[in-house]
Amino acid sequence: MQPSSYVGIEQIQRTGQAQQLDRLLNEIAEHKGCGTSSDGGKASCGSSDGPADMAPEVWEKVKNHPCYSEEAHHHYARMHVAVAPACNIQCNYCNRKYDCANESRPGVVSEKLTPEQAAKKVLAVASTIPQMTVLGIAGPGDPLANPDKTFKTFELISKTAPDIKLCLSTNGLALPDHVDTIANFNVDHVTITVNMVDPEVGQHIYPWIYYKKKRWTGIDAAKILTERQMQGLEMLTARGILSKINSVMIPGINDQHLVEVNRAVKSRGAFLHNIMPLISAPEHGTVFGLNGQRGPTAQELKALQDACEGEMNMMRHCRQCRADAVGLLGEDRSAEFTTDKIDAMEVVYDADTRKAYQELVEQERQATVAAKEAEKSELAKLADAEGISLLIAVATKGQGKVNEHFGHASEFQIYEVDAKGSKFVGHRRVDLYCQGGYGEEDSLETVIRAINDCHAVFVAKIGGCPKDDLKKAGIDPVDKYAHQHIEQSVIAYFMDYVGRVRAGEITHQSRGDADIRQGAFIAA
Amino acid sequence: MAYKIVASQCTGCSACEPECPNQAIFEKNGVFVIDPKKCTECIGYFDDAQCVAACPVDKTCIIDTGYPRYQAA
Repeated sequence: MQPSSYVGIEQIQRTGQAQQLDRLLNEIAEHKGCGTSSDGGKASCGSSDGPADMAPEVWEKVKNHPCYSEEAHHHYARMHVAVAPACNIQCNYCNRKYDCANESRPGVVSEKLTPEQAAKKVLAVASTIPQMTVLGIAGPGDPLANPDKTFKTFELISKTAPDIKLCLSTNGLALPDHVDTIANFNVDHVTITVNMVDPEVGQHIYPWIYYKKKRWTGIDAAKILTERQMQGLEMLTARGILSKINSVMIPGINDQHLVEVNRAVKSRGAFLHNIMPLISAPEHGTVFGLNGQRGPTAQELKALQDACEGEMNMMRHCRQCRADAVGLLGEDRSAEFTTDKIDAMEVVYDADTRKAYQELVEQERQATVAAKEAEKSELAKLADAEGISLLIAVATKGQGKVNEHFGHASEFQIYEVDAKGSKFVGHRRVDLYCQGGYGEEDSLETVIRAINDCHAVFVAKIGGCPKDDLKKAGIDPVDKYAHQHIEQSVIAYFMDYVGRVRAGEITHQSRGDADIRQGAFIAA
Repeated sequence: MAYKIVASQCTGCSACEPECPNQAIFEKNGVFVIDPKKCTECIGYFDDAQCVAACPVDKTCIIDTGYPRYQAA
């Protein structure tokens, strides 16, 4: 293990948030070892550039996995089945007792399923949503703390729906014991949540673990956990199973340390790193929620993700979804598939229809990629564009297009664009601003806070009032790209913007920071 | 004595069930219950009572004072 660059909590608490961001940026500057994104033409986020970017066998594995490919997530859906309620560790950001249908975060579900119920649900969903390509088991506890239920579910599904990819998400404590079973089920993707590689840091995140018939606490617990996680990761890599590392960014506890985590997992062959913001509202009843531990701001999160981007892909499209989520990332159709409703459904699993549909999706997706490439060559004419870089928020329902009404958006996707091109850098959840056709002032403020670091917001349509308020806040509301490809539009806007700056029509100013929304997510 | 599970605190997560060396734990109405006749407080098996060690909610698996302390045979 590399020496820790961990900074004591007391030390951090005394500094302001702004200083913390500065410090993070310094850390980033020192970490250039892993190279930054822009010049190498490296995909920004979970392999968005497609096949040219990676070995064919890897591309084959990720191309229709929404969590492993940023680009795939616009087109393909996933589902989680909640067959694994037990957990073998306790995390300070998790409280399993809290369970609300409007809540979107890991560890929360509305109903547990038996493996048999889960297998039936998968067939029902796959028949209704043909672009559903991936089944994951992510809890609500830890899949490998419930190995019998998890593997029974895999067994049933691999028999009835062999075209569905299987994956799981674990804390890693029990992973080394199960890697061979995972390999035998042809599981291509395993996610491990790694929040630290230093037990000194870990003791502030994990109050205890249950291991070898004993409860361990403090440094001992964190030491065992990190050793098992790293061992499990190495074993996955040795078997050619792609691994994604999830890390929760907890300001003052592991924010700077995550750069070191990134190095550690990269050196052990991890494919993708997903740094997520801490969710910690007091009403969740977690230790962090109750002791006032804050989550990162949007710019703090982005700075850390930028720092870790390099030879390793960063995932920025994670929606921190529930352990029973169904649908495209960012949408949740789980309410359509409760056990009662599934029992009433007549399920016909038709692999051919699914295949035909997915071929259409593939064509659509290639059109998106082609549109982006075409626009990229235009960009070259701008030279360095005076070093201007913009963030643009986009209201979209999927298919890689600007196709959502401002007032209906439950989230905005954020694209960064400069002279080198455009890339997806994240998303911001917002409360539904428009409910029943009339705008609510408060929610508009929430939206503005969430995209306050953006220069423009692209929408399919927008009303007059929010338009004026956005302008007042310095965010340009743009509806002229309605129903066009996102990245193409982003680049076109950028070229126009730079043109106007050059003509002296506008002055380029950088924007401030933005909030990451906490609390319950009202899905529809 | 035997251990019991405070039903109002139990999340029904099942973490305790497979860990019990006496198969004394079973599910009832969505929560888990310990059969006091089978519970040995893990004496003779483990240093820690396994249900207590595995349970995610503090003070949920507790000693049931309605029963005499378990005596190892």
